[in-house]
Amino acid sequence: MERFLDQFFNLEIMARYLPDVAAGFLVTIQLALSVIVTGLLFGLALAVVRAFQVRPVNWLIILFVDLFRALPPLVILIIFYFGLPFIGITMSAFVISWIVLASVLAAFAEEIYWAGITSVNRGQWEASRSTGLGFTQTLFYVVIPQAIRMTIPPLTNRTIAITKNTALASVVTVEEMLTVAQTSLAYAANTSPLTMAAIGYLLIFFPLTMASRWVETRYAWKR
Amino acid sequence: MAHAQTAPSRYVVEAYDIHKSFGDFEALKGVNLTVAPQELVFIIGPSGSGKSTMLRCCNLLEQPTSGQVKITGEEITNRSVDINKVRQRIGMVFQQFNLYPHMSALGNVSLALRKVKKMARSEAEDRAQAALQRVGLADKAGNHPTELSGGQQQRVAIARAIAMEPDVILFDEPTSALDPELVGSVLEVMRELRESGMTMVVVSHEMRFARDAADRVIFMDGGLVVEEGTPERIFTDARSDRLKSFLHSVTGH
Repeated sequence: MERFLDQFFNLEIMARYLPDVAAGFLVTIQLALSVIVTGLLFGLALAVVRAFQVRPVNWLIILFVDLFRALPPLVILIIFYFGLPFIGITMSAFVISWIVLASVLAAFAEEIYWAGITSVNRGQWEASRSTGLGFTQTLFYVVIPQAIRMTIPPLTNRTIAITKNTALASVVTVEEMLTVAQTSLAYAANTSPLTMAAIGYLLIFFPLTMASRWVETRYAWKR
Repeated sequence: MAHAQTAPSRYVVEAYDIHKSFGDFEALKGVNLTVAPQELVFIIGPSGSGKSTMLRCCNLLEQPTSGQVKITGEEITNRSVDINKVRQRIGMVFQQFNLYPHMSALGNVSLALRKVKKMARSEAEDRAQAALQRVGLADKAGNHPTELSGGQQQRVAIARAIAMEPDVILFDEPTSALDPELVGSVLEVMRELRESGMTMVVVSHEMRFARDAADRVIFMDGGLVVEEGTPERIFTDARSDRLKSFLHSVTGH
């Protein structure tokens, strides 16, 4: 037991590496929030564009969505990180991680929003159109608000699952929490920094799960 | 130009030789319908007779396969007509109410006033409140549809239609989804509308209401108008076998 505590909860080592892990924590939070906000908005934008049913555009959307859903995020990340410089695009590892994870989230989110949009009753469209609202107005004022409320539970699940992939950014040298924890672990020959990282992840994702539960109840309406 | 074709018309709704096919199925086989101002026209008929389809052709929720629809003289089946503009003048009330579940009753009624008629929120809400008052639901303005009974929901839907001050309101089986004890409140509102001079086309199985409120009853079967006349004439002097057997089946004697 003592060896276990010494290996995973060594307070002296934790204190020594706390500033480093805290810095990584901030990077992880930045990356996570950037991914969530842009991923969800981009996904919604794709679903809205898809609703207009312009064939060639929809094929492109579906291609993008299926590609980013099929490939493991780590594979996409590595391809972008090592591939983009070859075609003359250089971006920081943080930005590449952000773009890749946001795109993966957008791909899944688009499918979820789209399912929501198509499951809004046809009668809602007819009622709205019968009062003189146009297609776009009906989409924005009547259909999408309902679609979003319906899709909040699957959406928050998916958001949390994908946002946890910020840890993958450690592979492409982003100084996020896991990277820092692993480096510290190597220097200290002790796994306590990893314990700190685990606690850090809980600090990020527990509030996120609670926030999603709050959003679910806040925007639910009685059926 | 749309207005170039608009001639003064004696009718609010005119539909000539309306055909509508769904794939191989011919739902309407050449139906004519004219509705004069302040008239209440009732369309009855067995299910599958095409009566709802006919009603939905009047505001182009169904696009007729062929034929002509005019609203106050303006031919709306003409492709160059802005259908959203025309629909402001045609209210519609649905069997399933189709209220927006994410909005309050007031929100439901004021949405089109704000977004179609471009009224300021306060003006739209005043008018929506007045419409709710008219259907007896002034105190339910803040309630969401799920907090209302079926009859109240349908009255909100009627308020949504009348708030736009349309030239005509189309009712598609407005009481068919209601529990029997809630039907009366909806018919009461429709009767009040009728007395105030609203032009109405009603598809419904409420034969008693048709009898005392309708100016004219149209009996449809198999995608065609089979008989039409005053309620008196349709209900007491049926000439075709199809109308006789239909009346027999709905009234039970």
